[in-house]
Amino acid sequence: MRLGSGTFAACCVVVEVLGVVLFLRGFFPAPVRSSSSSKHQAEPPAPEPSAGASSNWTKLPPPLFSKVVIVLIDALRDDFVFGSKGVKFMPYTTYLVEKGASHSFVAEAKPPTVTMPRIKALMTGSVPGFIDVVMNLNSPALLEDNVITQAKAAGKRIISYGDETWVKLFPKHFVEYDGTTSFFVSDYTEVDENVTRHLDKVLKRGDWDVLILHYLGLDHIGHVSGPSSPLIGRKLSEMDGVLMKIHTALLSEERETLLPSLLVLCGDHGMSETGGHGASSTEEVSTPLLLVSSAFERKPGDIRYPKHVQQTDLAATLAIGLGLPIPKNSVGHLLFPAIEGKPMREQLRFLHLNTVQLTKLLQENVPSFEKEPGFEQFKISERLHGNWIRLYLEENNSEVLFNLGTKVRRQYLDALKTLSLSLSRQVAQYDVYSMVVGTVVVLEVLTLLLLSIPQALSSKAELEVPLLSPVFSLLFYLTFLVLSAVHVIVCTSTESSCYLCSLSWLTAGGVMVLVSALLCAVVSALTKVLVRGKLLSKNAAHSNSRWSELDLLILLGTLGHVLSLGASSFIEEEHQTWYFLVSTLCLALCHDIYRNYLPGDDCEPQRCLHVEGGFDGATPALQDKNTSSAVLELNRGCKSPSSLGTLRGYEKWMVLASPWVILTCCRLLRSLNQTGVQWAHRPDLGHWLTSSDHKAALSVLAALSLAVIFALIQRRCSPASKVAMALGLLGVYCYRAAIGNVLFPWQQDNKDISKGILEARFVYVFVLGILFTGTKDLLKSQVVAAGFTVKTVGLWELYSGFVLLAALLLRPHNLPVLVLSLLIQTLMAKFVWKPLRHDVAEVTVMHYWFGQAFFYFQGNSNNIATVDISAGFVGLDTYVEIPAIFLTAFATYTGPVLWASHLVSFLSSEASSSSALSHAGFCYALIGSFPVSAYIILVTSLRYHLFIWSVFSPKLLYEGMHLLITAAVCVFFTAMDQTNTKS
Amino acid sequence: MKDTDIKRLLYTHLLCICSIILSIFIPSFFLENFSILETHLTWLCICSVSVTAVNLVLYLVVKPNASSKRSSLSFKVTRFVKCCVYFLMSCFTFHVIFVLYGAPLIELVLETFLFAVTLSTFTTVPCLCLLGPNIKAWLRVFSRNGVTSVWENSLQITTISSFVGAWLGAFPIPLDWERPWQKKVSVGRGGHILLNITWLMRGGLTIQTRAPGHDSPRCWRL
Repeated sequence: MRLGSGTFAACCVVVEVLGVVLFLRGFFPAPVRSSSSSKHQAEPPAPEPSAGASSNWTKLPPPLFSKVVIVLIDALRDDFVFGSKGVKFMPYTTYLVEKGASHSFVAEAKPPTVTMPRIKALMTGSVPGFIDVVMNLNSPALLEDNVITQAKAAGKRIISYGDETWVKLFPKHFVEYDGTTSFFVSDYTEVDENVTRHLDKVLKRGDWDVLILHYLGLDHIGHVSGPSSPLIGRKLSEMDGVLMKIHTALLSEERETLLPSLLVLCGDHGMSETGGHGASSTEEVSTPLLLVSSAFERKPGDIRYPKHVQQTDLAATLAIGLGLPIPKNSVGHLLFPAIEGKPMREQLRFLHLNTVQLTKLLQENVPSFEKEPGFEQFKISERLHGNWIRLYLEENNSEVLFNLGTKVRRQYLDALKTLSLSLSRQVAQYDVYSMVVGTVVVLEVLTLLLLSIPQALSSKAELEVPLLSPVFSLLFYLTFLVLSAVHVIVCTSTESSCYLCSLSWLTAGGVMVLVSALLCAVVSALTKVLVRGKLLSKNAAHSNSRWSELDLLILLGTLGHVLSLGASSFIEEEHQTWYFLVSTLCLALCHDIYRNYLPGDDCEPQRCLHVEGGFDGATPALQDKNTSSAVLELNRGCKSPSSLGTLRGYEKWMVLASPWVILTCCRLLRSLNQTGVQWAHRPDLGHWLTSSDHKAALSVLAALSLAVIFALIQRRCSPASKVAMALGLLGVYCYRAAIGNVLFPWQQDNKDISKGILEARFVYVFVLGILFTGTKDLLKSQVVAAGFTVKTVGLWELYSGFVLLAALLLRPHNLPVLVLSLLIQTLMAKFVWKPLRHDVAEVTVMHYWFGQAFFYFQGNSNNIATVDISAGFVGLDTYVEIPAIFLTAFATYTGPVLWASHLVSFLSSEASSSSALSHAGFCYALIGSFPVSAYIILVTSLRYHLFIWSVFSPKLLYEGMHLLITAAVCVFFTAMDQTNTKS
Repeated sequence: MKDTDIKRLLYTHLLCICSIILSIFIPSFFLENFSILETHLTWLCICSVSVTAVNLVLYLVVKPNASSKRSSLSFKVTRFVKCCVYFLMSCFTFHVIFVLYGAPLIELVLETFLFAVTLSTFTTVPCLCLLGPNIKAWLRVFSRNGVTSVWENSLQITTISSFVGAWLGAFPIPLDWERPWQKKVSVGRGGHILLNITWLMRGGLTIQTRAPGHDSPRCWRL
């Protein structure tokens, strides 16, 4: 079967996406689960160990607290409470911490430090898998065993106010709730007022047992203006007031009841120095945890320093406090200070319950649990505990009893710590089988792509895909049989869960067929290449293709980038790599230009001669296996000996100056958004612009940027879309003014901030209109064969539609990124690629590099925290899943997408050969899939690295997403190519 | 002719390398608290000055291209002034390029500029010595097949190696090993001088090892 190289590449990338998805599924481990997690029927609690004597205490211990209030403040960092900020802005809380009846802890949150997994961790005590981040935006109901469900089953009345996530996680659990949505990040007063307004009524009523308050305002302030903003102080004072109100109400109510009540103040995650969260820096994982209750009375002079604990420890403590069974999947251990005031027997009982629960979890998750040190410690302490009970029941000497009890307690605490630690470590169990299969698919596709370079980049841009012969070959069936056998063996032997094994037989068989078919294709391609290589070596005289410095740079840069992915710091600072490469690319272009255009270059004719020689021998030379060398000489033809003469004076100067202009633009953009980790805290232009003092400057800049965008984009649009573009850009400004980012000159007071839904939808109409006209033109050019110009205009309109959408979605201070991207594209197209006649492969790679650089210029990084989720809510009333995901993805990958669509429109308007687009598609697929494949192998080998969860995993998600975008781009290329060949 | 040239070339390169090594050790006798890492700025100054001096002396002694026919005083003076202007210009150009590569605009100006000066001494000064202030000749030497003599070939190799060394020198910057040298070294963001020197050495050594026995200058490419 003959396929165009573009189509072939698109198919390959799509298959590769499947492989990567499989790999990801295996890589992100399923969390530690109890096997009986789905059913909630109450198991009888473990009886007290009693070493012969009969203990009469087999029921669950009664609750310690009558009422529990959980005040969860989003993004509350530990130093906001325990640090200088706490002293300054939270006087009441500081009083409680230092002198009041309270215990304070610094709870460490596990990355990903995003709200939903954190809430899950707090309530279930388990460590949610990394994959939960992806689910963060639409949180499905929590089915795991957790404190809330247990409390509801025990007949407690629970009320929740605040973040909607709670209502979604625990549907029908609350007798009363009011969810606030967290996605209008610029709003940080109303979200909290919506919580506080219920407070008076509820506190007075007192007909509840658990009250959960989740305040979002602090997080929003952090996202908008960072942790050093003056707004933080004000918000903390407000929270302090809330805390005081709740505490006094609880105290006054306590007088009527027997049991004390508990007030829990905690944060779900911290806040990084830039105000975001998601990663694992110390600022992001350290949260305060404050337990306030009159049961924790202390003597004067009793100074309690905040101890470091795990966030997961809260679940067990809450369960004990409310007299509930500890959630089955909890890996945390009881916060001992909370039960310290109880009699010894109760203390030991609680500790025993906790240890039994952890041991049960360990038994279910570790096959060789008997060898675990925690298990042995548990056995010892249980025996000691039994002895103690016997002594206790025999009513022995109280001092002996106390000493022995202290010893048992210490033993229990050690056991708990060890158990908890080894269980937390269990989370990092990989599903190696799925990972291997995914890797094999990806590598086979990459090999296929590499092997087919010479054919795919030949002037015909077609290649023979041996599809039928492998299917009927013996090798195929043998591999298939072997793989199926391996599959059966693996699935029947392993005890740990495995994704591929949990699939149905048909699907798994499909995967096996895919793997073996790809293997056969690779083998047949390899033999073909070898046969040709033999032929080629006979007449080796032809292989005189030479690389220009630019090609060398491209190859080395790609390789260097791929190699740099093996180091965590290079991943954190990947933007530096791209900026560096792009700057070097500009200098190399500069060198190229000056060599071709400055007078006195007398070796030009010789060079030309040489190039012609290369052209003659192009087809055999294409057998060369290297990435970009193959087509180098193909479309170049012979450069005219004096290209200088053909250009007028102005153009010549523009050609000479453009690399420097581009370099300057890149330097400006670099200072707009500081990203990465090491230098992320440096002041940058973006922060300066978004601070409320410089609103006027931002407004001017935004207006100017929109005007320049219009000027740059309109020159090749049809009149109708010109008008649409102008109106759309106006709409963008109105939208920004409506949500309060920028000002109108006549509107001085920023009075009412709305969500700007109307304005945003106004822009969407124009975006869709422009895209529609573009598509219509493309279809017309295909059907009527109306000609070349219609198609070019159509592609350009598609491109401008994307630009308009990007202008709407990007952060307000990022409009200059868009402008400069358009400017660089225009300059490059007009003054570099056209006059220097770079070939398709070089142009494609340059587009790819610039796309990557612009991804980072936008302020993105390899960190989940920098994804701008607010882009998914532009023009939407509520969270609608599919548009929100699409818009967020587009806003994040604006750079690569815009450059790719520019590549399509540039190539179809400029390139001489008809196969340009399919060559470009092939090159794009190759250069996009190369890093992913290498990274998958790197990550597999580094899976026990210290930074695997904080640095490598987010990057893996980004790479997967990037491959998906690349696949979409390749499909787009192919579609355009199809219209090309048909017309 | 060629053999003598190659010998001379070898000696000049050895001298250059010696001057760099000496610039590390000699100043510690005269200056207090001198070390490469602590007082890197002083060292950069001394290094560039010594390399320039060695180059100039070699130029005067060896005279690889004794082709200047007119040797009037005024011609020499204008030539010298032109050389100085070219050198300064190259310093500023390098500075601008470093800033465009991401070196901070205002803070660390001195470091960046000194780095530009050092890079110029490794690249521009030999060019000026050998070819004189003649842009056309420079372009000829640095285009593909424009080399005509052993001297020019060595010039081409050392200059390009210096650039590549400076370029590669940027790689340790993102690493967070938190070593002191990293901070000092990453001053210019463009790269660092140590690699620069190793590349220079390599350039010299390559010629030295390969030169005898081969006639065609094309074989000496790195």
